[in-house]
Amino acid sequence: MNDVVLYTVLSLTGIGLLAAVVLYYVSKKFHVTEDERISQVEAVLPNTNCGGCGQPGCHAFAEAVVKSGDLSVLHCPVGGNPVMKQVAEVMGVKAVEKDPYIAVVRCSGSFEYRKKTNVYDGAPSCAIAAQLYSGDTGCAYGCLGMGDCVVACDFEAMYMDEKTGLPVIIEDKCTACNACVKSCPKDILELWPKGKKNQRIYVACLNEEKGSTARKECAVACSGCAKCAEACRYEAITIDHNLARIDPDKCKLCAECIDTCDVRNIVATNFSPEKLQQASEHRQKREERERKKREEEKAQATANNNPEPTV
Amino acid sequence: MKNRAFHKELKTFRLGGVHPQDNKLSASAPLAQLPLPKQVTIPIIQHIGAPAKVVVQRGDTVKVGQVIAQHEGFISSNIHASCSGRIGIIEEVMDSSGFKHLAVNIRVKGDDWLETIDRTDTLVEEISLSRDEIVARVMEAGVVGMGGAGFPSHAKIKVPEGKTIDTLIINGVECEPYLTADHRLMLEKPREIIVGIRILMKALGVSRAIIGIEDNKHDAIELFDELLREGKQIEVQPLEVQYPQGGEKQLIQAVLDREVPSGGLPADVGVIVHNVGTTFAIYEAVQKNKPLVERVVTVTGKDVKQPSNFWVRIGTPVIELITAAGGLPESTGKVVSGGPMMGKAIADLEVPVAKGTSGILMIAQAETKRAEEYNCVHCGKCIEACPMGLEPYRLLLLSKAGQSEKSKRENVLDCIECGSCSFVCPSNRPILDYIRLSKTKVKKLK
Repeated sequence: MNDVVLYTVLSLTGIGLLAAVVLYYVSKKFHVTEDERISQVEAVLPNTNCGGCGQPGCHAFAEAVVKSGDLSVLHCPVGGNPVMKQVAEVMGVKAVEKDPYIAVVRCSGSFEYRKKTNVYDGAPSCAIAAQLYSGDTGCAYGCLGMGDCVVACDFEAMYMDEKTGLPVIIEDKCTACNACVKSCPKDILELWPKGKKNQRIYVACLNEEKGSTARKECAVACSGCAKCAEACRYEAITIDHNLARIDPDKCKLCAECIDTCDVRNIVATNFSPEKLQQASEHRQKREERERKKREEEKAQATANNNPEPTV
Repeated sequence: MKNRAFHKELKTFRLGGVHPQDNKLSASAPLAQLPLPKQVTIPIIQHIGAPAKVVVQRGDTVKVGQVIAQHEGFISSNIHASCSGRIGIIEEVMDSSGFKHLAVNIRVKGDDWLETIDRTDTLVEEISLSRDEIVARVMEAGVVGMGGAGFPSHAKIKVPEGKTIDTLIINGVECEPYLTADHRLMLEKPREIIVGIRILMKALGVSRAIIGIEDNKHDAIELFDELLREGKQIEVQPLEVQYPQGGEKQLIQAVLDREVPSGGLPADVGVIVHNVGTTFAIYEAVQKNKPLVERVVTVTGKDVKQPSNFWVRIGTPVIELITAAGGLPESTGKVVSGGPMMGKAIADLEVPVAKGTSGILMIAQAETKRAEEYNCVHCGKCIEACPMGLEPYRLLLLSKAGQSEKSKRENVLDCIECGSCSFVCPSNRPILDYIRLSKTKVKKLK
């Protein structure tokens, strides 16, 4: 009996020792020396593994940073400039500052403005509905409202507004990781420069139909009337396919275009009503001046063409 | 059991399949001509392949059978004026899915056909054209697969290089519940269909043709058996009633017990399959020089006053068909283009009938509503039902997880979208919806 116990203990100890030796040898022999900067970089990253940087996770991002060392291309949108500064310190290179971005919802077709024309009762997923047909309202460009973007968001920065049927982005939580943009089959969501003082101006419509058709489909659709484009002093607004688009790089946030829109579908976030009022007055005065100037020029031209007969 | 065909053993495909209720309400309704509509809207894309190029202008006067859009390339199809009159607006209009496609509108005036078209009912049996001429004629006539897929038929008549075809299968299965368009056509135009089969046999150079008909169409089986008694080349094969037997791959398995390899075509196993409707259209194109300007459409539903089968000109608004069948029943929850299993709900009743529209089905509100979805209980019914031997419940999970690579390895592209999995699922899971999504994503991977 005692022998059995003894042999068991001995043999197991022997196997254990042998395995330990083998493991020790293997770990030495096949040791992979990883650049320690990788773990240092990884430590300062947000470690959300959201993929917003284009890499398949934070570790991969750290590897890419250490490998290329080029911070002008590699940028962590979630951590933003503070984190990238720390990364730059670890790497011993100069930090590259980038403007922060945020996702914006480019559709204003709430239940009120965009009537349902049919009933969708398939699987509750925008991607599935989008490949089946154009949607349960007249507008084939608008939000389908089933919240694929909300599901895609890792940061709880979005929710579906039950009153409007449109997604809402919580400004403080959005990290511009691009997940919602990728999930939207109608390309409603877009990353937009967060802007100075969090102010942004964009057209919240994607309907490319002719004006009359678009308005029938949705009461606040952009008809491509180009009034906003005419009012813009910086040529930031272009009309393409009956649709106005603001170029965020050219837009100076003067807000003068806001009230030119018939259906108030140019969204200006975080502007005070006074500022908008001022901008509107400013534009009207400017237009008045320009009109007078044109009239004077016209009068001048007529005067030059028909000089008064000299006596 | 006086007929030869009934001594034959009923065949069916081996894998999966379901038995939805038949509901062939319009089976006894003879083919009737739908009155000409005031205007027709003819979509330019009614087939798989390159869209046709419009060759008419607004204000032109056209006769029935005149080409209004010319095919571009070999895998493409001509589009003809289905009514005579003046060309109206040519613009993008909504199709049944609400997406915009280019379409030609014709304001109908009279019924003036091209003189070259033989409109008589006389049967022309002698096939005078050569193989290449047949292909050219079918191409000119704009015949496409009328079972729904809309693949240009001339491309299927031309034997691909390096392949030998030994058997032609004619698809008279019509396994979709409610639909009777092919059934009525077989009963009323059997001789024409047989000539059509001979034309196809000549073009393909095969000496054997089999018409597959399901056992719920006794009269059609009997009729063809009677007519084909003398010849040995063409035979009728009665089939057990089972959905989706009308699927090309299932039909080949049922009739010949050959399996089309994954990702392959019927031509890989020496078979070409044509639908009876297409066969009739080919007969008319080759023997009567008549392009595809009209087709049989079943208009049916449990609450429809007169379930009917109409000869309908391509481009006729769906609402005209519904009115002719006694109007839209009040109970209607969905109007479906096609059958209840694979058909698609239409968003607007002004949508035109296309070459692939086999039926208009009105389903009552109570029946359309999808039941509440529960968790998968891993009962395996979807695996049993899948005629392609896939694991639908798993494909659904992979699709939800966005794992396209894995879905591809699970052969998601083999799915024929018959909907048997969703049909049998006791938890009412939208399996097919997710598989379709997965297929789109996997196709993008390449």
